Amino acid sequence: MVSARTFSLFLVLFATWLLLSGIWDPFLIASGAVSSLLVVYLAHRMSVIDGEGHPIQLSWKLLTYLPWLAWQILISNIAVCRMVLSPSMKLDAGSGWVSASQKTPVGLVTFANSITLTPGTVALAVYPDTIQVHALDRSGIEELKAGEMNRRVCAMEGQS
Amino acid sequence: MSLAIDILSGICLFTGAVLMIISALGVIRLPDLFTRLHGASIADTGGAFLLLIGMVLQADTFLVAIKLGLIGIVLFFTAPTASHAVAHAALIGGLSPDDPKANQGKDEAEEDRT
Repeated sequence: MVSARTFSLFLVLFATWLLLSGIWDPFLIASGAVSSLLVVYLAHRMSVIDGEGHPIQLSWKLLTYLPWLAWQILISNIAVCRMVLSPSMKLDAGSGWVSASQKTPVGLVTFANSITLTPGTVALAVYPDTIQVHALDRSGIEELKAGEMNRRVCAMEGQS
Repeated sequence: MSLAIDILSGICLFTGAVLMIISALGVIRLPDLFTRLHGASIADTGGAFLLLIGMVLQADTFLVAIKLGLIGIVLFFTAPTASHAVAHAALIGGLSPDDPKANQGKDEAEEDRT
């Protein structure tokens, strides 16, 4: 009756309660369990416990995607710092369109968020199959067009 | 061991603080809204996360580290969402994403009117 997704939502909520309170007395643990159950019940009534509201289908694949994203963020942080600090500051800012081949809304949002999270590129507008991107340097758009990040987000999204 | 952790966390905190300053400098030096957004995103990512890592290394209990981690998760999702909201609003509001000079003209016209 209770799906794995619903059960995992309860576990996540309860774990959050326990870790944030840090007081292990029976009354607080019990009230944590009750409020977690209440939230799960409300979420169930609102029909938001699905692949978008609680995307557990991504959990393990995220572990390979996030380190790569962190590395990209580090590289582009250095690149943008260099541009900001260069005395002449010759910018080649501009916008362009990058195709997005994700099939689910969660995948598309992850791709757009990854673009924005990487300094030097910002997602201006998101459409089902393309994203309009603004870059501090046009080479950033060329790099996105090459499609490495697109491919990796697709791999993380998998087939759901 | 604790000396090594102190040094590592010191490096993280110092680099994070420097990135915050560079980010502020970028917001001042860059020419228009879209390019300034890129300057601000250094503070959102490199600055904030290095400071958080530095603080996690200094945390004396596991629960404090978890709370700092939760702050990181919240920032990870809200920072790009907010940046996108600002950029999208500017695009709809008629700023040109390809021509910083044209946008500067608009900023000045706005100041003259007030």
